[in-house]
Amino acid sequence: MGNLIKVGMADLKVGRSTDVLTTLGLGSCIGLTFYDPQTKIGGLVHYMLPDSTKIKNHSNIAKFADTGIRELLRQVLQSGAEQRRLVAKIAGGACMFEISANTALGNVGKSNAEAAKEILKELRIPLIAEDTGLNYGRTVELNCENGEYLIKAVGKFSKVI
Amino acid sequence: MGEFSLDNVNEMYLDILREIGNIGAGNATTALAGMLNQTIQMNVPKVQLMEASQLSSAICPEEEVIVGVFLEVTMDITGSMMFLMRMDSAHYLVNKLMGRDPECRDDFTEMDMSAIKEIGNIITASYLTALSGMTNLKIAPSIPHVAIDMAGAILSVPAIQFGQFGNNALMIQTEFGDDVSIDGYFILMPEEDSYEIILSSLGIHI
Repeated sequence: MGNLIKVGMADLKVGRSTDVLTTLGLGSCIGLTFYDPQTKIGGLVHYMLPDSTKIKNHSNIAKFADTGIRELLRQVLQSGAEQRRLVAKIAGGACMFEISANTALGNVGKSNAEAAKEILKELRIPLIAEDTGLNYGRTVELNCENGEYLIKAVGKFSKVI
Repeated sequence: MGEFSLDNVNEMYLDILREIGNIGAGNATTALAGMLNQTIQMNVPKVQLMEASQLSSAICPEEEVIVGVFLEVTMDITGSMMFLMRMDSAHYLVNKLMGRDPECRDDFTEMDMSAIKEIGNIITASYLTALSGMTNLKIAPSIPHVAIDMAGAILSVPAIQFGQFGNNALMIQTEFGDDVSIDGYFILMPEEDSYEIILSSLGIHI
């Protein structure tokens, strides 16, 4: 029997086979997963901001897309995954309040999602599914047995991407 | 003037925020009492300094649904502010305001959402009036925006805002009450240079 492994905000974890990686109540943050179907190794990072180079205090690497995604990649590879087999999925990046979208805060969800796409392109890892944007929170679960990414939201049907 | 950061904040600054929170919550209580036409007690607010990434579970478990009111502030200082409460408190206040059975837990109607906006408006405006009165700074709030969703998702907004400047976040918890106690949480998120404006207007130089 695998474990339910909780990933907090600005946090990342790696699991395998029967493990399930989860993060609760994603808002404007992004939950990005890597999955290697052959070794059944999966990873989940819950980052808050798109770019660590624009921030003075960036000691927590899981807080940012650029550093967090690369660190997650390093850890899944270290656990035995192969980069050429990896696929990625993302969820989150909502705009929780109707804040004017031209402000940095109003736009952060979208910037977070865009950052993932850019970095994945650089790393040549395909993004095979996404559920991002809109105005509601999401709880996500990565099933390391099959790579399914379950998404739950308040008052909505759960879906698997 | 040095650079202010919540990552190395001193006791005096926390005391000032506590005092602003105190006066603000006091104003808010008076306003609420007027709105509900009854006496309301208030406890001394607690000022909590924590890691921004811990905010998501600071009020309740991340998946519990809460009410968040968000507004932007401009003029002498810029930034944003939030007022948060748990569903029980929100239902209680709305029921009071609408003259319904206090135990009613029906989904909020359009009308109820306006009531929540108004409650959020009054409470945040009272808080900002206190801040403005103490500092002599002009502070203009925007119209409030309301979201009802998982605590983790709603609190990702202030967590990200604070996260841009450092690792720490500040939250003020206030307990209002008459026969039922209502927990409310204030989060003030000044833009980076506005911290210094607030402090220096109080005669504190860092």
